[in-house]
Amino acid sequence: MSAIDISTLAVGEALPERSHTATNVSLFLYNAIIWNPHRIHYDETYTTQVEKHPGVVIDGPLQGDWLNQVVLNWMGDNGTLTQFNYSNRRASYLGETLTSGGAITAIDKAAGTVDVEIFIKNEKGDVITPGTAQVRF
Amino acid sequence: MSELISAEAKSWIGRSGEPQRVEINRSDIIKYSIATEQRQAKYLEGDEAPPMFMFGALRPLVPMDELGPDGISVDKFLPELPLKRVMAGGTEMKFHRTVHPGDVLRATRSLSDMYEKQGGSGPLIFVVYDLRVETEAGELVMEERQTRILR
Repeated sequence: MSAIDISTLAVGEALPERSHTATNVSLFLYNAIIWNPHRIHYDETYTTQVEKHPGVVIDGPLQGDWLNQVVLNWMGDNGTLTQFNYSNRRASYLGETLTSGGAITAIDKAAGTVDVEIFIKNEKGDVITPGTAQVRF
Repeated sequence: MSELISAEAKSWIGRSGEPQRVEINRSDIIKYSIATEQRQAKYLEGDEAPPMFMFGALRPLVPMDELGPDGISVDKFLPELPLKRVMAGGTEMKFHRTVHPGDVLRATRSLSDMYEKQGGSGPLIFVVYDLRVETEAGELVMEERQTRILR
């Protein structure tokens, strides 16, 4: 990975976007490793008939991780993620392709810190998981 | 003021749960990194844990008979409250040190606040937990504030 020079950054600059399309396999593996047996992430019949969701639910914290990666994959080797906040505002379901991205909101050259606003959007363009992060360079 | 939260429930504010001890191992980091589609070699090879790895590493490990028909275990670190449906609110994290295979960590969760608000479709209770993760030597690794919303 390359290094980022904080003096070349500007407020408003976008962080690279990425798309994520969860599958039954990826959700199974994610819920297995985080040891989450909640059936809404793998049992479609139960999910739609008992919990009345329109489909298998993509985990909120998985979206949190994808959001986190927007920053990790942008900041390069010389950045350190010091703060990360997010909230899951709206559910999303298997079959949807989500897009992650973000932008720089503040730069403090003296402190060596950069604040970013990050998002996960659904296909309609609604921000379903917003977040913020701070990186120290 | 506090109509939904009983005095007994209020007395839980400030309480800490039993500390949880976690041994970090490489294959768990690799599995987590594959499942979350990490792109960096240090994560995919398990040399360093992605920041959100700790969320999974600290999930409760309970016997099968403590899992409900929905697959969820009941969180015992919650007082009796009149609202039952739990939703995730926001999560705020501060990272002080990266996590690596071989680390032995100690996590302590405390219930730091509880309050009610009138939502658009009825009353809501907010329960705020503070999680503190340290090494066995007491070095701070991460802090997390998690809000749960009951409706």
